[in-house]
Amino acid sequence: MSENSLAIRKFSDLANPTRFLALADRVLPWFAALTALFFVVGLWLSFTTEGDYQQGETVRIMYVHVPAAWLSMMCYSVMALAALGTLVWRHPLADVSSRAAAPIGACFTFLALVTGSLWGKPMWGAWWVWDARLTSVFVLFLMYLGLMALNRAMDDPARSSRVSAVLVLVGFVNIPIIKFSVEWWNTLHQPASVLRLDGPTIDPEFLRPLVVMAIAFTLLFFTLHIAAMRNEIWRRRVTSLRRLAARSAGREA
Amino acid sequence: MMSHAAYVFASYGIATLTAVGLCLWVIADGRARQRELRELEASGVRRRSAEASTGEPR
Repeated sequence: MSENSLAIRKFSDLANPTRFLALADRVLPWFAALTALFFVVGLWLSFTTEGDYQQGETVRIMYVHVPAAWLSMMCYSVMALAALGTLVWRHPLADVSSRAAAPIGACFTFLALVTGSLWGKPMWGAWWVWDARLTSVFVLFLMYLGLMALNRAMDDPARSSRVSAVLVLVGFVNIPIIKFSVEWWNTLHQPASVLRLDGPTIDPEFLRPLVVMAIAFTLLFFTLHIAAMRNEIWRRRVTSLRRLAARSAGREA
Repeated sequence: MMSHAAYVFASYGIATLTAVGLCLWVIADGRARQRELRELEASGVRRRSAEASTGEPR
């Protein structure tokens, strides 16, 4: 294959896994460096800005809790888009993308749950309450684990991709439930204070580190997602090569 | 009852461990797959698309 044919000129060129691998090789170092830079600035801001007059130091938990919670929902949305790509356009990389995203999403959801619990104990006096927000995020965590189990249970990606895509799309109904749970039901969890129609109600002192940390988490997600997609492509190549080797060995025998 | 600072450090500690663990897992997974690909290549197994071309298989 000549170097020229690997150039990515339009979006559909990304459908070629070899082209995707070449692109991943090129962008990953930049993404990793940007992620590190944003984390350095974000962490510095997180620990140098003032504490809250009511919450004291514990407000700093927000700078990891809120980005982790946002990412847990964004990751599932990426998977839902990928599921559409599998079912509607049969994009060869869609299933790779969805599969690679699941463990990353599970980790972010786990972080949102644990840091929320560590924030809840000093502020609410309870590690956990079964209110609508906490319960729906816990359900999201279970869905990530279920999808990972399903993906591992079926050997042939060609068969598992459609089942997994349907399940991802069905589960997507949980995302608006998580987002609006704090408005629809009377929850102990506070309602949104950043992504609101009437603008953020949070003080700029807290908003600045929060935004920088949110960008850092988002960059971390994309870096890991691209790297995990590359791993998944390699994994499929290993599987098909082994099959090829077994077939030719059978023929020789 | 822990001090407030303990809750903050526990949160950042767990977040760091999870993020670093995830990064290391992705890197280790990638290295293991590349090693398998190299071993297969060394034993003479090639992808059809790689056989057709003169370039290095990826």
